[in-house]
Amino acid sequence: MADSTGRVLGPEKYFQPDIEMMDRGELEALQLVRLQSTVTHCYESIPFYRRAFDEKGIKPSDVTSLADLQKLPFTLKQDLRDAYPFDLFAYPVDDARVQRLHASSGTTGNATVVGYTQKDIENWGDTFARTIAMVGGDEHSLLQVSYGYGLFTGGLGAHEGGIRMRATILPMSSGNTRRQVQMMRDFGVDILACTPSYALLIADTAIEMGFNPAEDFKISGAICGAEPCSEGMRREIEAKLGVKVVDIYGLSEVMGPGVSCECRHQNGLHVAEDHFIMEILDPNTLQPVPEGEYGEVAFTTLTKECSPLIRYRTRDISRILPGACACGRTLRRMDRIQGRTDDMLIIRGVNVFPSQFQEVLASFSEVTSYYQIVLTSKGPLDRMTLKVETVPDFDFDEIRKIEDLQRRISAELRSNLQVSVEVKVVEPKSIERSEGKARRVIDNRDNKGGER
Amino acid sequence: MIDQITVFLENDKGRLAALCRTLGDAGISMHALTVADTASFGVARIIADTPREAYAVLNEKGFRASLTKVFAVEVSDDAGGLAALLEALDAAGINVEYAYCFASGAGHAVDILRVDAHEEAEAVIIAAGFRVMEPRELYA
Repeated sequence: MADSTGRVLGPEKYFQPDIEMMDRGELEALQLVRLQSTVTHCYESIPFYRRAFDEKGIKPSDVTSLADLQKLPFTLKQDLRDAYPFDLFAYPVDDARVQRLHASSGTTGNATVVGYTQKDIENWGDTFARTIAMVGGDEHSLLQVSYGYGLFTGGLGAHEGGIRMRATILPMSSGNTRRQVQMMRDFGVDILACTPSYALLIADTAIEMGFNPAEDFKISGAICGAEPCSEGMRREIEAKLGVKVVDIYGLSEVMGPGVSCECRHQNGLHVAEDHFIMEILDPNTLQPVPEGEYGEVAFTTLTKECSPLIRYRTRDISRILPGACACGRTLRRMDRIQGRTDDMLIIRGVNVFPSQFQEVLASFSEVTSYYQIVLTSKGPLDRMTLKVETVPDFDFDEIRKIEDLQRRISAELRSNLQVSVEVKVVEPKSIERSEGKARRVIDNRDNKGGER
Repeated sequence: MIDQITVFLENDKGRLAALCRTLGDAGISMHALTVADTASFGVARIIADTPREAYAVLNEKGFRASLTKVFAVEVSDDAGGLAALLEALDAAGINVEYAYCFASGAGHAVDILRVDAHEEAEAVIIAAGFRVMEPRELYA
């Protein structure tokens, strides 16, 4: 079997085939038992949840089907911040069962602190170990962990995955890139786990050092998560290192990397549904969206002991990819994260994310990656204009070429996003450049698309 | 063939004035200017002295300028002069993307033509009895 790049693939590997390919009915039965036990655990051990349940007049015994999840209260990021440091723990922090603490960076408020029991850590490792298998690894593999070790869940999450897989672990952490390259080569590393940008830096450093890692290094796979990775960047890492790159998703609040992970077919991330229930919610109504539509991702943990969460609203936007995956896993797939609910626009009732514009524009070689969306009101209707700049060698001497480009981009946006957009080619560098987060959306509407 | 400067302009107040001021401040003299406008943008086409320098100055000042090869054809300043030229090109199946004219002051007009198939077009123009002008006849 060969993949899209013509590379010959060996047989698919699985770490826990009985779970990863479980019959959906059996999996849902398992989820229900675990959901009931999680709800009881939360109610009995965490005052926050007891209050929230009582306010809604719900008891753990009311959960008799997976559909009953809809009755349960949500958990928000702010709830986690307010619980700083240990108020959402099911056990006191000095309880012998609490083995480890991780914390998110807390750039916009209090850090969120998460506790893990031994069992939590093992389950986490199992989910990461599945990813190692997805990218072709097994207990004979040498795994180089170049995520930072520490409070950040990347390094130790990958490390636990290596332990559960019984692979050989090279715990590099990040930094000292030349040494990373040297050891990768000298030791014959099979799989690299790090952020995509660091994988690219390692590849470029190897090339700078005079190596041709694609040909000369043993490495065959990379697990690259924790930050967005465009398809172009993925292909670049794959070509330079001679590897298959898979994406991995996770939030420290929920567990860490491994909540979902991509198999080598690179078409969505399989959610560890034996440990988490994923919901996709309409950010306005908080009702589930039809399968395949975009919405806010919420997770309910099913096995976590120290820091269980019920319907945690991640503010990440994704969707469920319908249909079966060629890898044979029955665990459903979520699409890559499309953005944050904070960025979502509601245009004539349609939910749209700026990143979706970026994706469409990336398929047009005539325009640069700078763009700006301007929203105005035209009577009761929203009107959207997308400003783009052409690349320097675009020949604009013929007006119909510009008009044709505008028309083609507009048609592509309409078919992809179901919204009507007026595309406007603008003068070079007239779109604001920013070193930090670019201001992609100017909303001049009288009504900014309703309540959010 | 001669170098025409093409500048992409947004339909914003003062952009054309800024364009002309930029060339004026650089001491570059214009011989012809035509602006094609659409609902959302315009394209200015300019015949000026030292087109390469004009191109460099404009891009440096943040304009989106490019150089386009066009034909300058000398046509008698009489009724039907341009029609005869265009008929010849049409008969040869050569598509004219756009055209504009200006009077040179010496009893004849200059027609600027943007066509594809440059070599073939030049042969057709000459065979039809017209003279293709050299850059030095038009600009310094």
